[in-house]
Amino acid sequence: MTAHITRHHLRNAFVAKVQRLAGQNLMACYQCGKCSAGCPMASYMDILPNQIIRLAQLGFEAELLNSKAIWMCASCLACNTRCPKGVRIAEVIEALRQIELRARHEHLKVEDIPPEVLSKIPPIALISSLRKFTS
Amino acid sequence: MKLSYYPGCTMKNHARNFEESTLYALGELGVEVEELKRWNCCGTVYSLSADEVMHQVAPVRNMIRAKEAGADQLMTACSMCYNTLKRANARARANPEQLSRMNAFMYDEPIDYQGDVEVVHALEVVRDKVGFDAVKKKVVKPLKGLKVACYYGCLLVRPREIAFDDSENPTVLEKLVAALGATPVEFSHKMECCGAYQTVDKPEIVADKTYQILTAAREQGANIVAVSCPLCAFNLDHRQEVTLQIHPDLHTMPIVYFSQLMAIALGGDESVLRLDLHHTPPGPLLTESGLL
Repeated sequence: MTAHITRHHLRNAFVAKVQRLAGQNLMACYQCGKCSAGCPMASYMDILPNQIIRLAQLGFEAELLNSKAIWMCASCLACNTRCPKGVRIAEVIEALRQIELRARHEHLKVEDIPPEVLSKIPPIALISSLRKFTS
Repeated sequence: MKLSYYPGCTMKNHARNFEESTLYALGELGVEVEELKRWNCCGTVYSLSADEVMHQVAPVRNMIRAKEAGADQLMTACSMCYNTLKRANARARANPEQLSRMNAFMYDEPIDYQGDVEVVHALEVVRDKVGFDAVKKKVVKPLKGLKVACYYGCLLVRPREIAFDDSENPTVLEKLVAALGATPVEFSHKMECCGAYQTVDKPEIVADKTYQILTAAREQGANIVAVSCPLCAFNLDHRQEVTLQIHPDLHTMPIVYFSQLMAIALGGDESVLRLDLHHTPPGPLLTESGLL
C-alpha cells in the first residue's frame, strides 16, 4: 500500500476525535510492538494493535473503521498492562468501535442471535457482547 | 465493618455453583456478608470511553444501595462485577465533576454518592480478613490429588490500578489452593484471555483459546482448572463441546470455581457445589481423589 501522508491527515478531526474519546495521546506510541506481541486476538486481526495506533496517528479513518480488528478485540487489557509508554491501546480500539456505534453502525444484531444460543449463554456474555457490539 | 454482598446476574442463575459455594465457604470462615436488598446490573463491562458517564450510573447506584445498608464495603465474587464496580467507583472518586453529574442524573436517589464505599473481591476478603493460615486450620478435607491450574483471566487483576495482586503474575489463587491442601501447578496461561464476550457470535475463536489454555494446563501437570469469573467458566467449561468439534484431540478437563474448592475442603456437601451446572463433570476426579 502506498500512503500519502500530509499535514492535513495528521491534524484532521478524526485523529482529534479518537484521542478525545480514548483519552489518549496517540503520539506517545513509539511502535515497539509489545501490544501486538501479547494480544490474544492478534491472529484473528487484519491489522495488529500497534498498526491500529500508527494508522490512528496518521488519520487513516476508513482503514480503521472498516477493519475487522476493532471487533476482534476482547478488551482483555493485556496491551494496556504492557505498554512501556502508558498508551491505553484498548481505549483507542474502544474509541474506534464507538465512532462506528454512535453512527448506528451495529456490529451485532440481537435478532441474528439464534434462540438456542440465547438459551445457553450466561447473561454476562450476552450483556457484555451487546455493550461492545451494539449502540 | 459491615460487608455488603453484591451477587450480580450470573451468580443467580448459570453460576449458582459459584454463589452457593462462596457463601458457604465465607460462612465457615466466620465472614458475615449481607446481600443488598435491591441491586441492579453492574453493566458487565467497564466503559472505556473517556466521555462516557452514563454507563457509570448503574454501578454507582449499587454503591448507594450499600450506603443505605450501612456498609462501608461492597463485596462481590464475580470478576466482571468486581472490575466494573471497582473501576466505576475509582472513576467517581477521582473525578468530582463526573460524580456530581452522575448524582444529578440520579435525582430520584435518596442520597448522593460521596465515593465512600470500597469495592472488594471475595478472594481479597479471604486473604486479608481471614488469612490463608487461618483457612488452612479450618480445612477438614485437604484437597490431596488435585493438581490445580489457577486461571485468572483478565478482569480480576487488570488494570493495575484496581488490582489486588500482581497484574502479570498473580499468585493469590495458588496460595489459596495450597492452603486447601491441593497442589497448584506453574501455569503459563494463567493470564491468557479466554475470548470473553466473543463467545456469543464467534464461538470458534473461544474454542481455539479454550484448546490452547486447557492443553497448556494439561501439559503442565494439572488435572483441574480453578477460575473466578463466570464468563471464563462458561468459555473454558461449556465451550469444551464446540472445542472438541474443532480440536478433536482436546483432553477435556473439569473447570471449577475457587470457591467450590474452598467449600469441599471446608467440609461442604454436594448440595453447595451444584455440580449439575458443569459441562465437563468434576465428579469423577473428585470421587477418585476421595473428596466426594
